[in-house]
Amino acid sequence: MNIYLPIAEMSVDVFLILGMGAGVGFLSGVFGVGGGFLMTPLLIFIGVPPAVAVGTEANQIVASSVSGVLAHMRRGNVDFKMGLILTAGGFVGSSAGVWLFTALRELGLVDLLIAICYVVFLGTIGALMLLESVRSMLRKRRSGGSGRKLHQHTWLHGLPFKVRFRRSRLYISALLPLGIGFAVGVLAAIMGVGGGYINVPAMIYVLGMPTAVVIGTSLFQIIFVTANVTFLQAVNNQTVDLVLALLLLTGAVIGAQLGTKAGARLPGEQLRGLLAVMVLGVCAKLGVDLVKTPEDIYSIGEGGA
Amino acid sequence: MRSLAIGGLAVLAALVAGMQPSRGAEPLIADISEDLIAITTGFEGSDLLLFGTTEGEGEVIVVVRGAAEEVVVRRKARVAGIWINRDDVRFVEAPNFYHVASSGPIEELLPASVLSEAQIGVEQLVLETTNALDRDDAEAFRAALIRNQQRRGLYNETPGEVSFAGGRLFRTKVSFPANVQTGPYAAEVYLVDNGAIVSMTVTPLRVSKLGFEAEMFSFAHRQSALYGLIAIAVALMAGWLAGFVFRKA
Repeated sequence: MNIYLPIAEMSVDVFLILGMGAGVGFLSGVFGVGGGFLMTPLLIFIGVPPAVAVGTEANQIVASSVSGVLAHMRRGNVDFKMGLILTAGGFVGSSAGVWLFTALRELGLVDLLIAICYVVFLGTIGALMLLESVRSMLRKRRSGGSGRKLHQHTWLHGLPFKVRFRRSRLYISALLPLGIGFAVGVLAAIMGVGGGYINVPAMIYVLGMPTAVVIGTSLFQIIFVTANVTFLQAVNNQTVDLVLALLLLTGAVIGAQLGTKAGARLPGEQLRGLLAVMVLGVCAKLGVDLVKTPEDIYSIGEGGA
Repeated sequence: MRSLAIGGLAVLAALVAGMQPSRGAEPLIADISEDLIAITTGFEGSDLLLFGTTEGEGEVIVVVRGAAEEVVVRRKARVAGIWINRDDVRFVEAPNFYHVASSGPIEELLPASVLSEAQIGVEQLVLETTNALDRDDAEAFRAALIRNQQRRGLYNETPGEVSFAGGRLFRTKVSFPANVQTGPYAAEVYLVDNGAIVSMTVTPLRVSKLGFEAEMFSFAHRQSALYGLIAIAVALMAGWLAGFVFRKA
């Protein structure tokens, strides 16, 4: 059954879109990431213009993050104070990101920007996560316990504006979550992602937050950042397709609920390892596309008229 | 900016009128099955039937053109191992749809000079650029524009067939793909005989978004801020609803 998307201006199979939404939604529930890093490339692969994929995906992530955060709130796994500071940084970052996106779209370079961002960030984060999870799995097997230092002191802890985060049991500079929020906001706007894959490792490794509250707090911030991106993309580029977003989120919210439940039963190290492998897979595919000789080196530019 | 690609047609119509002394009966009558193609929720493309009658001898050529638009064609080049859009060429007025059909091989029906003047056949399209280009680049970008439009199904690759029934009744099918642009279109029908255009008619048609599709599109473009807020509200509600439903389950 086909449906015509009014903003993307193309005809798509309803069940394909619903299925993509459900599949990616499930993974996002399991891993606590928005799932955008899989969905945006998938949408582009099926022929949705990249600009529409990014704008629409931001809108859809708002919905899947709300339903995800509710599940985490019930278990008390959201640090609201931390979330609000991350959000403040995220608002500034995502506004800057949309501005950059709009400027590069005029030059026909936005597809390239999206692809390079994906390859660089997914590659780095994926490799780090894979290393870490393999190392901790090996360590566990050898000693049967955790040998990790509870708290490491670095120069980051010498920064001013220290704030106490009770839920996360931290006393750190507010500049750290502000900075992380900003960076995630920029990427959210450019890549059509929530930024969970940057947020989650940054919160664990840079801020030193307990793993239990990381996912809920990350989702909390993602809601506000992707809402801001949705609004700015709608105003600047008119690239938010509500029909496509509704189809995706219908599949995704259901998938995310099931995924959240499944995720609670799976062990953390393996989860992180699995996510790392998927992140690297998407990264490799996009990387190959950048380097491989295209079938036709000429193309008709979008937004040219 | 959109304007009908019938700039040269006025000249041509005058030319035809001058050539042919008027007879009692119309030499050529043509019509289409629908003059409005509506893009609605279930739109997957549309086929039109173009039909008509001819008076006396002659073959028929049909050309359907979309509005002329500015189109940018970009060429990738390898920079440090990565393919990047490097050069671009702006075509001032390229039709966003072009379909040719005829009752015989076009080159045999009309001499090249006439084909070129009437822009019959993809090779004959006048595609001017804003950039000054050398000969090789001009050729390459022009070919790329046509090739890309053919790949999207907007320019037909092989001419369609106009078939005759009962001697003077003719018909042909014109297919519009799902990605067809909205706007005005023109269906031109030429009656040709002995290497000359004897008569021609132009039938206008439109492709429009209709109903929900149209309202959503214009809402998103005219009141984009409100549209954005509604999109966020819808997403928040959907997420909350899903969380609520699943907690009960």
